[in-house]
Amino acid sequence: MKAARIYVGVVIILVWGLAPFYWMAVTAFRDPRYTFDTTPWPTHVTLENFSNALSTSNGNNFIRAVINSLIIGGATTSIALVVGIFCAYALSRIDFRFKYMVVGVVLGASMFPVVALVTPLFQFFTNIGWIGSYQAMIIPNISFVLPLTIYTLAAFFAELPWELEEAARIDGAGRFQAFRLVMLPLAAPALFTTAILAFIAAVNEYLLASQLSSDKTEPVTVAIARFSGNDPHVVPYAAIMAAGTIVAIPLVIMVLIFQRRIISGLTAGGVKS
Amino acid sequence: MSSGRAWLLIAPTLVILAIVIVYPVIRALVMSFQKDAGLDPATGMFVKGGSAGFSNYTHWILQQCTSASGTLVPCPPGTLGSQFWGAVGNTAFFTVVTVSIEVVIGFAMAVIMGKTFAGRALLRAAILIPWAIPTAVTAKLWYFIFAYDGIANKLLGTNILWTGDAWPARFAVIIADVWKTTPFMALLILAGLQMIPSDVYEAARVDGASAWQRFTKITLPLVKPALMVAILFRTMDALRMYDLPAILTEGNPATRTISILVVEQIRQGFNSAASLSTISFIMIFIVAFILVKFLGANAVATQENQRKGTAS
Repeated sequence: MKAARIYVGVVIILVWGLAPFYWMAVTAFRDPRYTFDTTPWPTHVTLENFSNALSTSNGNNFIRAVINSLIIGGATTSIALVVGIFCAYALSRIDFRFKYMVVGVVLGASMFPVVALVTPLFQFFTNIGWIGSYQAMIIPNISFVLPLTIYTLAAFFAELPWELEEAARIDGAGRFQAFRLVMLPLAAPALFTTAILAFIAAVNEYLLASQLSSDKTEPVTVAIARFSGNDPHVVPYAAIMAAGTIVAIPLVIMVLIFQRRIISGLTAGGVKS
Repeated sequence: MSSGRAWLLIAPTLVILAIVIVYPVIRALVMSFQKDAGLDPATGMFVKGGSAGFSNYTHWILQQCTSASGTLVPCPPGTLGSQFWGAVGNTAFFTVVTVSIEVVIGFAMAVIMGKTFAGRALLRAAILIPWAIPTAVTAKLWYFIFAYDGIANKLLGTNILWTGDAWPARFAVIIADVWKTTPFMALLILAGLQMIPSDVYEAARVDGASAWQRFTKITLPLVKPALMVAILFRTMDALRMYDLPAILTEGNPATRTISILVVEQIRQGFNSAASLSTISFIMIFIVAFILVKFLGANAVATQENQRKGTAS
């Protein structure tokens, strides 16, 4: 009886997580003339929507947008990791004055409303001719990816067995050497997890990208939002669902593989009181 | 280790945050006290800026616009200036409703996910899917579900204009947002639940406490710190909501949030947009301050305790 009740809940949660995503994928494989069919599986299966989504004849360039997202997400993640690892190390290993002020600044920055940056950056980047450049999106993205990186890494670092580092130091290794040779390999899974979270956050960004990108640099989030078909009076639902499926599938696979790590990363920064 | 070394390690972060956050905020503040370029109503000539005093702020808060004759009048309906309080109302409404629903459903999900059963890993992976898909894709997905001929109307047997009419559009945004962000809330609550030692429940059961008593007297107080951090994070997110209403309802005024208003204003004048974004920043800061101060959502203390566990 009790187990049965749990499984009812389990089924509800599974439907919650999967149903809308499943509907997007089913529509993506359905002949566009039958887009609004309600059969729960794709009837009239076709790959036409995917070729429409990837077609450049209607002014969209979705492959380019995917590449742009990888560039922007990859660069943002790399910079945030390199800078964040030092800060997270200091916060979790060293006692110094005003430490909690620094923690407060980092946490405050993570909650900062991005919209407050758009106006000054739009004007500034217009003046220096950066609108439509990659750096115009990568640099502002650091404002929310770096704080996320720091508090996730600091939480992971707090759990590392630092005695190993002390032992390496006693054996004559320099501080940096001890960190690089002993602690960094131990921290590798944490770095990897943090990189996944940072990358997902960076790729998710839309507000800044919608204002600061051009046709050539727009990421998938902007491309999908302004996706249009050949006929301006018809919303190309099926092609949009195909484009959405192309974006979602790699992320869904990533989530399925690294589920445990992503959850530990999400919760590490927040809730260990 | 020396304090100087620590600052050396932290310096790059502080420098970068100063460049990407502090500098734009100061620049926005300076801009917000300057007039936007435009036609001078007195001469009919195009004039550039100059000092605006607080007029950009009173433009939004008191909804004062400059009329053709140069006098201050209430902003006419339909102009962006007249929509400030509507946008504040929408943002507050979305925040209160989505966060409340998320706490209730997130709690239920967390309790279920905390049980032991076969396929637990699969369930936790499934719940991450809405969280992992970018909001812009989520918005388009629900735009399709809420289409006039879409599955939502067909399942419900209704003919609702989900993204067109005011209240259906608001609820469409709420439903899509709750779908996407409840998993995050559920995971944070689950992490809090798992830190409660099980022997506390055993003791309560031995003493004859009912399931409801165990929930209100043990679970709730012990999970409260985690819950408060989750509420703080989600509230801050909801207050800056932009992608979902902007894409899902395509500029429907009924779902216009403060962030959307700022972006629309940029096309009409940088400086009044800067004052609006400064107002929104101050509002969000005040809400965060109230949450941290009075509800005990003390994220800094949480981090502090966390480190005390293992750090030297």
